[in-house]
Amino acid sequence: MTSATFPPSPPENTSWSRYFGFNTDAKVIGIQYIVTAFFFFLIGGLLAMIIRGELITPPADLVDRTVYNGIYTMHGTIMLFLFIFPVLNGLNNLLIPTMIGAPDMAFPRLNAVAFWLVPIFGALLIGSFFVPGGPAYSGWWSYPPVSTQNPLGHFINGQGLWITAVALSGVSSIMGAINFVTTILRMRAPGMGFFRMPVYCWTALAAQSLQLIGLPALTGGAVMLLMDLSFGTSFYQPEGGGDPVLYQHFFWFYSHPAVYVIILPVFGIFSELFPVYSRKPLFGYVYVCLASFIIVALGLVVWVHHMFPSGVAQWMRNFFMFSTMLIAVPTGVKVFAWLGTIWRGKLRLTTPMLFCLGGLFNFVFAGITGIMLATVPVDIHVSNTYFVVGHFHYVIYGAAVMGIFAAIYHWFPKFIGRMPYEGLGKLHFLLTFIGANLNFLPMHPLGLMGMPRRVSSYDPEFAFWNVLASLGAFLLGVSIIPFLLNMVSAWVRGPKAPHNPWNAIGLEWLLPSPPPEDNFGEHVPTVISRPYGYGTGEPLVEHQAEIENQLTLEEARA
Amino acid sequence: MTATPHLNTEHPKHNLTGFIIFLCSESVIFLAFFSGFALLKTAALNWLPPGVEGLEWRTPLLNTVVLISSSGTIWLAERCMSKGNLVGFRAFWLLTMALGAYFLYGQAVEWGGLQFGFTSGVFGGTFYLLTGFHGLHVATGVFLMGLMLVKSFIPQNYAGGEQGVQATSLFWHFVDVIWIILFVLLYVWQRS
Ligand code: HEM
Ligand SMILES: [Cu+2]
Repeated sequence: MTSATFPPSPPENTSWSRYFGFNTDAKVIGIQYIVTAFFFFLIGGLLAMIIRGELITPPADLVDRTVYNGIYTMHGTIMLFLFIFPVLNGLNNLLIPTMIGAPDMAFPRLNAVAFWLVPIFGALLIGSFFVPGGPAYSGWWSYPPVSTQNPLGHFINGQGLWITAVALSGVSSIMGAINFVTTILRMRAPGMGFFRMPVYCWTALAAQSLQLIGLPALTGGAVMLLMDLSFGTSFYQPEGGGDPVLYQHFFWFYSHPAVYVIILPVFGIFSELFPVYSRKPLFGYVYVCLASFIIVALGLVVWVHHMFPSGVAQWMRNFFMFSTMLIAVPTGVKVFAWLGTIWRGKLRLTTPMLFCLGGLFNFVFAGITGIMLATVPVDIHVSNTYFVVGHFHYVIYGAAVMGIFAAIYHWFPKFIGRMPYEGLGKLHFLLTFIGANLNFLPMHPLGLMGMPRRVSSYDPEFAFWNVLASLGAFLLGVSIIPFLLNMVSAWVRGPKAPHNPWNAIGLEWLLPSPPPEDNFGEHVPTVISRPYGYGTGEPLVEHQAEIENQLTLEEARA
Repeated sequence: MTATPHLNTEHPKHNLTGFIIFLCSESVIFLAFFSGFALLKTAALNWLPPGVEGLEWRTPLLNTVVLISSSGTIWLAERCMSKGNLVGFRAFWLLTMALGAYFLYGQAVEWGGLQFGFTSGVFGGTFYLLTGFHGLHVATGVFLMGLMLVKSFIPQNYAGGEQGVQATSLFWHFVDVIWIILFVLLYVWQRS
């Protein structure tokens, strides 16, 4: 390429209206996903506030018991299927094409259809609050026989809507996964071999492979559940020769890997951000990449650790206990790689870096309680107690959601073209970090003391820790205010962002902010080195200096 | 709504890659149904509903032969296509469609003669789920073939048609392999 034709011109249409219709530009779809996901995050968070409001005092005095069951079921379901997966797919849409130098996803129209399924199944799920009998109340795992009962006998009922929505979300995610995998395999910039690919793309590839293997099993299992519920088959009904444990296998064969679908991209975010804000190359790049696929392989053979109390054979328990513990090895490799990256680096404690550090801290803590849970005797003791709730919220909120916030602050200038405000960001971080720990740490002693989960009233001996947890929850609720304030005000009138505000290395930072509709268009630069050459001065692509000069000139002119 | 010309995205190889990935996840859903079937069957106390002796295997065996030979004819059609012999392609393609349609007919005849329904316990449920889900795939395959046949008569579409033919025949072989596993599970493995 000749640098004279660079940079491509910025997008022509930047009006708000393009976010409200069917659009095939991956960057638009990415933002549509993220904004939609946060809309549902607010609803799921509101339900969490009701849960913790109920649990601040021992008796069941705020909401009715059946309503409470519906609320925690919907909280879990909304947070997982309508918030965390969509928000990650949003990041994938923004980051994968720009990071690998592709003009768009491999299948732009399929991409848009996959997105529009999200509001549709969201509406089904939220709509179930308003059908006779209320929403599903059998928990987000929806085990039969509770989930195959339909006491009021209406054909449209909360549980049926729940299953339909979850199956649709599976279809949407499979469409997304096919697209992401094809894009990464087929559309990388010239010169970008697999071991010159950013770690985020590796982790996305790993996570999306898990989606492709796991989700069909869940979708199949859900179809059978719906038939049992609505058409009187007996796949899971012992009276007709069926077996309720079969559902648990289907469910956990997907839902265990799902935790890696969530956490692997966050590992990718950590691996992108620690080098930038430490000014050092990623320590052990190749091992970090390969560890993702070892996690995939192991992640697929551990699901029975969720079924230790379900009457599975002893040899199975032992096998799944050891395979679960093995996952600590590749995960540990990654943690040490990040620590090695930060070690003696020139740390810049910007908002994204703070979120990464906080997320890493919480993740290590969750890892320790995770190993405890993998041990069969401990699991049998604390399963279905608040210990489990504490553990997974450390993973999901403490590590994953914080990593996602880090990503949003880090890439906001690139894709919106304006800078977020540091002060508000730091306030958001502080409230989130304190709130999450205050909220979820007390759940561990509660669980060890024996407080069961999914209850709306409890013995007064548990009151102390519950008050702390509820205060932490309200703090977390408040923490969203500076975040939303920051996003909206920065989007409307934040300072204009230069093409590379953090001085980061990566193809996406060689584009104007925001990037034009087809990214590099025909001028995709040739990659000549590994990513993360911080402090080495090695250029990432051919003609890098010229490209940067052009972009800076362009910015000065604007 | 904006329509941007997306430069490199229409690269022909993407479609096939995407389709193969799709088939991989399809095979997981069948694998889930198959392992569920095996698990339910070995664990069940009363597998067959009262009054049902087992499954008649002659019609399904004929269907198996039909489906396997259709995998052969579609291969021949594809070969004609790659040699530029459009007439041969259409002939073998049509023959494959006919065999597929015959399979569906045989399936319908079998369903019509059965003494149990979808809700006759776990046996009826798994039987209709497996054969129904597979039958849906056969119908989809025949439909796709029809589409490709029509496409082969539109000259400007013909260039991209080759890819569609490749994908369709891949799908057809896949459906065939699934049927063989299904036949063994349902009709050969009758006694547990
Ligand atoms: C302010 C933040 C949050 C609070 C206070 C909170 C609180 C809770 C509580 C108390 C439960 C226990 C229900 C029970 O078992 O009795 C619960 C369950 C759950 N939460 Fe959260 N949560 C929060 C955020 C999240 C997020 C961000 C996610 C995921 C992205 C999430 C996913 C889940 C899931 C999957 C369950 C299990 C639901 C079930 O038992 O069926 N939560 N949450
Ligand atoms: Cu698990």
